[in-house]
Amino acid sequence: MKGILLVARRDFWAYINTVWGWAILALALLLDGVFFNVFGLTGTAQYSADVLDQFVFFTSGIALAAAVLITMRLFAEERQTGTIVLLDSSPLSEAQIVLGKYLSGMAFLAFFALLTAYMPAMIFVNGKVSVEQIAVGYLGILLVGSAGVGIGTWASAISRNQLLAAVISTVVTVFFVTCWMLARVTDAPFKAIISYLAFFDKHLQPFQEGRIDTQGVFFFVSLTFAFLLLANRSLIARRWE
Amino acid sequence: MITVEGLTHYYGERRAIEDIRFQISEHEIVGFLGLNGAGKSTTLRVLAGLLVPSAGSVTIDGVDLVSAGATSRASIGYLPEDPPLYREMTVREFVAYCGELKGLDARTVESRLDGVLKIAQLTHVQHRVIQELSHGYRKRCGIAQAIIHKPKLVILDEPISGLDPRQIVEMRQVIRDLAKDCTVLISSHILGEISETCDRILVLAGGKIVAQGTEAELAARAGGDGARLTLIVRGTEAGIDAALTSAPGVLRYDRHEEGAGLWRLHVSLTTDDREALVTALVKAGVGIRKMVEDESELEQIFLGLTQGASA
Repeated sequence: MKGILLVARRDFWAYINTVWGWAILALALLLDGVFFNVFGLTGTAQYSADVLDQFVFFTSGIALAAAVLITMRLFAEERQTGTIVLLDSSPLSEAQIVLGKYLSGMAFLAFFALLTAYMPAMIFVNGKVSVEQIAVGYLGILLVGSAGVGIGTWASAISRNQLLAAVISTVVTVFFVTCWMLARVTDAPFKAIISYLAFFDKHLQPFQEGRIDTQGVFFFVSLTFAFLLLANRSLIARRWE
Repeated sequence: MITVEGLTHYYGERRAIEDIRFQISEHEIVGFLGLNGAGKSTTLRVLAGLLVPSAGSVTIDGVDLVSAGATSRASIGYLPEDPPLYREMTVREFVAYCGELKGLDARTVESRLDGVLKIAQLTHVQHRVIQELSHGYRKRCGIAQAIIHKPKLVILDEPISGLDPRQIVEMRQVIRDLAKDCTVLISSHILGEISETCDRILVLAGGKIVAQGTEAELAARAGGDGARLTLIVRGTEAGIDAALTSAPGVLRYDRHEEGAGLWRLHVSLTTDDREALVTALVKAGVGIRKMVEDESELEQIFLGLTQGASA
């Protein structure tokens, strides 16, 4: 565990100590604020629960996009600068390294989520939503973000450079986001499978409404685990090149 | 004791190294010599645990590195040619972080830090950000990260490349100091450096070890009984030519006038029969003021061994 936290700590501070980390954070918060203003605060009167629902929806989407930018450097940058040797020649296992990287990405994403808290706080003060509803919404955002960070960690582990990692990560993430559209034009039995994979349409909706859906939790956790496992295998495979 | 047995590695279908075998004793400094593509880097990467060999074993004090898994990497320190550095960190932070990465607890790291920084001659820059340091200091940071966990084997890939003459001299001292606590394996293409720093030399060609031993042992193997001599003599041009033409075993020679009747001769002998050479010169009326054996023959030895292996 110490090794995992060591890797996570360094990578998290690398985000905090660079312009890149703050640029991602600023952009994500700006977009989140704009969306909240456009969809939540203007136009016709809405129920506060609906405003929270929309906040969770677009914040999850922004978290996914941020995950691509956050994770692209995790392994690919270390490979480009040669510092991957420090990790590869250390007594840490590949699983520890992957988990450390994943945790750093999640910590940064959680930091972003924390900074968005003023928006649900406004809904709480001016509307009728409970703290539990807000907490469940954030759980949904972090679960979606976790899947995004998992996909990005894997993409970075298999890529030689950050750009390639970002492209792979984006393609896979977009696939999961647009599954509901693909399902419409797909015949059975694949229709059900593709439909099941849809991030927002299928699995996030209950969290937007303030309900913890165990099926959704299982889906996002499984997806994260699967991609981290793939990242782990790709790191091991590199030693056998 | 580090023992390498039958080390072989393939990249796909291509064989990079084959049946590498050698042993290194404790506190020995061993040089790894080879042309580009000879398999040096692959061997070093296998020894550092970055690659799993296709066949063979590496044992340190009887512990097999491959079967022992990730934890065995704690007994090795590795510095690649380009030092791997987190440049946003200060020197002290970086070395401390690497110590913890290698499995040391924070208290142990703290107790070792000052000593390691002193060995690597980094004490006076320890609070500076690595980004601001010169190439020489960055190399030393690389060495510090490789030794902070007191490894049994330290692998240095081209440790003096890119250093200026003063830094080279300082680096030699750093390497000699390292050998007091651990075994050092150095890869370099600078032959003089290997000769200067190492106790023993391993010559790699075509993915195989073609020779190993001290410089003298390699010279004996590569050059047979021959010798290369430099002489300062006094005599006439005709007398010198007559003596060197008639002396037994003279393979080739050249002469340069030094002034005041003195000549500098460079003589290559097929067999080390320098007494016969002296006799021939004296008989021809040539006075010998100085005769020395050429010191650095490593280049010829190396070329002889590697050409012999690839032929």
